[in-house]
Amino acid sequence: MLNNESPQKSTDLHIGAAAPGCKKKDPILVADHIKKTFGGLTAVDVEHLEVPKNAITALIGPNGAGKTTLFNLLTGFDSPDTGTWSLMGNSLSGVPSFKVAQMGQVRTFQLTKALGLLTVLENMKLGAKGQKGESLLSALLPALWRKQDKEIEVKAMELLSRFKLDAKKDDFAASLSGGQRKLLEMARALMTDPVLVMLDEPMAGVNPALTQSLLDHVLDLKKQGMTVLFVEHDMHMVRHIADWVVVMAEGKIVAEGPPDTVMKEQAVIDAYLGSHQDTDLGEVTGRIKIIKDGGQA
Amino acid sequence: MDWGSILNNTLQGLLTPTTLAFSLAALGLAMHFGFAGLLNFGIAGFMAIGGYGYAIAVLTFGLPWWAGMLFGIFGSIIFALILGIPTLRLRGDYLAIVTIASAEIIRLLFLTTAFTDVTGSADGLFGFNTRTDGSGFQNANPFPAGSYGAGPFTYNEQTLWVLTFGIIMLVVGVFLLWALMRSPWGRVIKGIREDEDAIRALGKNVFAYKMQALVIGGVYGAMGGIVYATFANVSPGVFVTSLTFFIWTSLLLGGAATILGPVVGSVLFWTLQAFLTNVLSEVAISGILPVSTTQASTLRFVLVGVGLMLLVIYRPQGIFGDKKELTFVK
Repeated sequence: MLNNESPQKSTDLHIGAAAPGCKKKDPILVADHIKKTFGGLTAVDVEHLEVPKNAITALIGPNGAGKTTLFNLLTGFDSPDTGTWSLMGNSLSGVPSFKVAQMGQVRTFQLTKALGLLTVLENMKLGAKGQKGESLLSALLPALWRKQDKEIEVKAMELLSRFKLDAKKDDFAASLSGGQRKLLEMARALMTDPVLVMLDEPMAGVNPALTQSLLDHVLDLKKQGMTVLFVEHDMHMVRHIADWVVVMAEGKIVAEGPPDTVMKEQAVIDAYLGSHQDTDLGEVTGRIKIIKDGGQA
Repeated sequence: MDWGSILNNTLQGLLTPTTLAFSLAALGLAMHFGFAGLLNFGIAGFMAIGGYGYAIAVLTFGLPWWAGMLFGIFGSIIFALILGIPTLRLRGDYLAIVTIASAEIIRLLFLTTAFTDVTGSADGLFGFNTRTDGSGFQNANPFPAGSYGAGPFTYNEQTLWVLTFGIIMLVVGVFLLWALMRSPWGRVIKGIREDEDAIRALGKNVFAYKMQALVIGGVYGAMGGIVYATFANVSPGVFVTSLTFFIWTSLLLGGAATILGPVVGSVLFWTLQAFLTNVLSEVAISGILPVSTTQASTLRFVLVGVGLMLLVIYRPQGIFGDKKELTFVK
């Protein structure tokens, strides 16, 4: 368990009872009737979803619940059969993924996509928006983009030092460890100055020490006024940092609420957590005798 | 064996219009494959469009040589757009299949007798570099008639003009590619080679970038075809699929994700070709190998194939490439 100081939680985010699809006081992302089928399989069928602004929302659910598919739909990487959704009142339905990112909704991927054969600094610089030198004609005239490129580099180095990657700036991203790539991907996403950061399993495959620093980075995003929506299986992390939890199962939203209450709901325990969520794995399988607090076996 | 003439002929291979033309095409392929990750196996098609576009514009439309060349380049841009719109949204290997097929379609269109008046069918087109009204490429030759250079590098004024033109085009081409690839635009292109989705997630219009890369590489290919056409006849027999693979070999030899690699690779490849042609025919004539001269010239391609295999296995990054930056087999 993480027993350091608990981060400041945002509370009182919703209007009315905390039920699936409930209204939020200040939603940043609103989605309606999002449905996606793959052949006969309904992967996502979300009636209504609101993501509260400047809060950390966790999206949890069993494998195959449609969390990543929902991510793909909301970011334009896949198109739904039906549905509308909007970011801060601007419709995102049918908007291609790159424009979604330009509008301030940036995502990371479950399988980290560090651009391996570019250096860490080049990875970062790619994130910056509105670069003059990225248009074909002005690319040939360095006078038009050199100054802006320098500014971007300064910003990238600031972010890299925050993520403790500044010493690696000239290394190929392929030479980084899995955890460092996760950090790089998150830092690169921040180069786009997003308003909504969507993280797909940011902690997967990351060791405990790095988890702590990643958690701090996620909490930092909120401090800086960004909104975070993340998919995660690590319940300790969800409890620790999420202000709001959305639970999906079989494509539908089955529960919503603050982490403490939502994880006690029977529907969530049945669909996802299982009845042994707080017991030690050894006790569950019965293969290892557990030493209780009192010290008796 | 006459080593003197073998050496002489090999050295000649260092600087020929062919080498220059194929260097330009290899640069285009470097843009496509080395930097943008587009598996284009139809570079011969782009060259054909460049060469034929120039020849047809001069012969059929009566345009002056420079306008004919622009016409050939324009044709390659249209071809790249037509090719790219349906295919660039797909995965890279689909582009490979489509490009190899479309290059063949282009070649067969030039070969068919249906358009003999314009394309010359199997005979191809010739006589478009010198024109009676003075608007041909050779009419613009600034060099007075005579013999230039020394030793194996002796050229008449016509070849000298072709070489000068080709070298200027190559230098301009190398410079432009270098200028593009060191810019933020080049950074996006290399990013797309690594992972399109990651670039998309950062707000870049990946399709537009890939299209730009396809068009630029295609223009280089067309320039290769045009430089080729300034000294030789264009015919369907030139722009065959094996030409595509020769250019791929030159590219991989030099290093795919480099600027000078494709140029040096082409020079080496065509010099080596010249060497093998001469050595093998000498070997056949002198009876060291029990093969006929025809068989000997075929043997050259066998050796090129073996060389390509060894290259891809033991030095996939080419001569200039950084092993970490691009390997043929990922």
